[in-house]
Amino acid sequence: MPPVNEPAERHTLSMLVDNEPGVLARIVGLFSGRGYNIDSLTVSEVSHASHLSRITVVTTGAPPIIEQIKSQLDRLVPVHRVVDLTVVGKAVERELALIKVRGKGEIRQEALLIADSFRARTVDTTLESFVFEITGKPEKVDQFVSLLEPLGLVEVSRTGVAAIGRGPDGM
Amino acid sequence: MLREMTGAEMVMQALIDQGVEHMFGYPGGAVLPIYDAMFHQNQVKHILVRHEQGAVHMAEGYARSSGKVGVVLVTSGPGATNAVTGLTDALLDSIPLVCITGQVPTHLIGSDAFQECDTVGITRPCTKHNYLVRDINDLARVMHEAFYVAQNGRPGPVVVDIPKDVQFARGTYVGPENIQHRTYQPRLKGDPEKIRTAVEMLAKAKRPILYTGGGVINSGPEASRLLREFARLSGYPVTSTLMGLGAFPASDKQWLGMLGMHGTYEANMAMHDCDVMVCIGARFDDRITGRVDAFSPNSKKIHIDIDPSSINKNIKVDLPIIGDVKHVLEDILTVWRGMKAEPDRQALASWWGQIDRWRARKSLSFKTSDRIIKPQQAIKALYDQVKDKDVYITTEVGQHQMWAAQHFHFEEPNRWMTSGGLGTMGYGLPAAIGAQVAHPDSLVIDIAGEASIQMCLQEMSTALQFNLPVKIFVLNNEYMGMVRQWQDLLHGGRYSHSYSESLPDFVKLAEAYGGVGIRCSNPADLDGAIHEMISVNRPVLFDCLVDKMENCLPMIPSGKPHNEMILPDNAEALDEAIDEEGKMLV
Repeated sequence: MPPVNEPAERHTLSMLVDNEPGVLARIVGLFSGRGYNIDSLTVSEVSHASHLSRITVVTTGAPPIIEQIKSQLDRLVPVHRVVDLTVVGKAVERELALIKVRGKGEIRQEALLIADSFRARTVDTTLESFVFEITGKPEKVDQFVSLLEPLGLVEVSRTGVAAIGRGPDGM
Repeated sequence: MLREMTGAEMVMQALIDQGVEHMFGYPGGAVLPIYDAMFHQNQVKHILVRHEQGAVHMAEGYARSSGKVGVVLVTSGPGATNAVTGLTDALLDSIPLVCITGQVPTHLIGSDAFQECDTVGITRPCTKHNYLVRDINDLARVMHEAFYVAQNGRPGPVVVDIPKDVQFARGTYVGPENIQHRTYQPRLKGDPEKIRTAVEMLAKAKRPILYTGGGVINSGPEASRLLREFARLSGYPVTSTLMGLGAFPASDKQWLGMLGMHGTYEANMAMHDCDVMVCIGARFDDRITGRVDAFSPNSKKIHIDIDPSSINKNIKVDLPIIGDVKHVLEDILTVWRGMKAEPDRQALASWWGQIDRWRARKSLSFKTSDRIIKPQQAIKALYDQVKDKDVYITTEVGQHQMWAAQHFHFEEPNRWMTSGGLGTMGYGLPAAIGAQVAHPDSLVIDIAGEASIQMCLQEMSTALQFNLPVKIFVLNNEYMGMVRQWQDLLHGGRYSHSYSESLPDFVKLAEAYGGVGIRCSNPADLDGAIHEMISVNRPVLFDCLVDKMENCLPMIPSGKPHNEMILPDNAEALDEAIDEEGKMLV
């Protein structure tokens, strides 16, 4: 690496890839093999007809490292296109989380109030627990989870970030 | 061309349609149908190796000396894992290969079947791309795609893993003319705006240097010709990495010799002090740069590379040009002529004056002896006798490799094959065999060390079987010389396990294989013995007993910049040269 003096930044990379066996392993292997970070990762088919999947990776690194990650991804044969959404402009970034809390009485009331103020939906209820569903920017989910921490937080399941550029043009 | 056939027949048909004349391989349970299909044709000749690593290195030597794609065929499990070193070697040196591996039948995949391994999983990080073909209807397309991917863009190895049931299955064959890769379309032409800027920077340069690499060779002979043309037109000095030797003729007065850790003083000093550097098909590897934060501190850097990920990877450059070397050099020449650009003759004359003063240090000099053969002397003697012949040189890895790069001189591309990136001991003999297959009437010599040669020595048997008269020129110093040299540098001369104990009698060994063995230990006999070696039209193992303690100089100690080279005339400085931080580096 060239001497990197710049501070690390968080970037969201989105790529279109052939939906074929091993393509995810190829991408994840590139990150681990070259020592890059993966903060979050989401994968799903986006076009069944043309066998395309979209992979969104949130990664952290100094700008030259991010540039290197992008060109390393771009040269993988099944990768069609890589876009650094953080550079392109403020992208829309959303994450979905399911959060389970357990408690009775006042604590239960408090959890419900917080969920309400975050516009989280209650998707499962028992007499001593809730499962909330929340969608939003990762920071909003972080904040919601941390508020529920003292209120009987049992477990969290997050999808990782899905992102898309603003405006009329596609990637 | 649409025809019904079995998967195994498709493999052979695809090879034929891709123009393959030779392949290197080893049979086994999971590739038997392909070997059977091979039996029924005689267009593709198969070279039976003795170990799969040898097959891949042979294919590399074949590819590098001929410019064609090298083809390997191995079985599942150990066949595939034995090929991994060669595949990684080809990836790091950007050598186009297609390696076909057999796989257990699809219904057994994942069951830990006999000779099963996850070949695509294991080879994913050591290939440019790989495929597991589960469906007979994909096989022909994948075969043709593999050849396309291997040789287009930055070349590299491609694995095609074919389960045994797919080899037996019947399907419709499609020819290469119907295949176009959906997405992989590397850019060949450089950005015209950037090429114009590059020419302006070059024309204004006062202390320019052309730093060339293996990309010039990979781009084809035309790229070497264009490099020569540009060098002549501009009068600028040229240096090269280990991988690029031969792209520019070593006899040319503008040639500075190889650069880097064991490069010449003039090449490294010129890299350090230049004001405009053009990196052409090279990648600022750590053997080249030395300490990166002190690398060529005052220069503007132009980088021509077909692989965008090479740009700014190790060294930040001022002007990247993505494209194939041949196309970019062509355009640079056109623009240079169109602009009627002229180099700054006065500045250039004083730059050459400076370079000549560095040259006068004679950084490749060594003391000869009439008592003992100096390894450098052995290479020189070899070079003097074969330089006017049609000769191809391969090497193993270590001191002998660096001495060969320093003292054997190349005039043409594709004549020099060495494991540059991975540094694979055992590369040289199989690579020589591969080169000999491609050039049956040429003289092919593997310059080796006594330690390296033992890593793939079994391929002597292959050379004998196929009448491939390769010459193995072993500089025998009874040490893993480069390891011993670094133990001197870093570990107080404690030679932990670097002594070549219990060496075989190489002459008898050569004879046991059915080849010719020659031993030489007296400088006075050297020329005669070399003459004997090259006069024999059979494989020869030449055991050249050389000075055991000679160090490979000059050297940029690890962690040091280019202008802190250790030269032969201050070799004692080597002991103190590397600081604690440098010791961490390799």
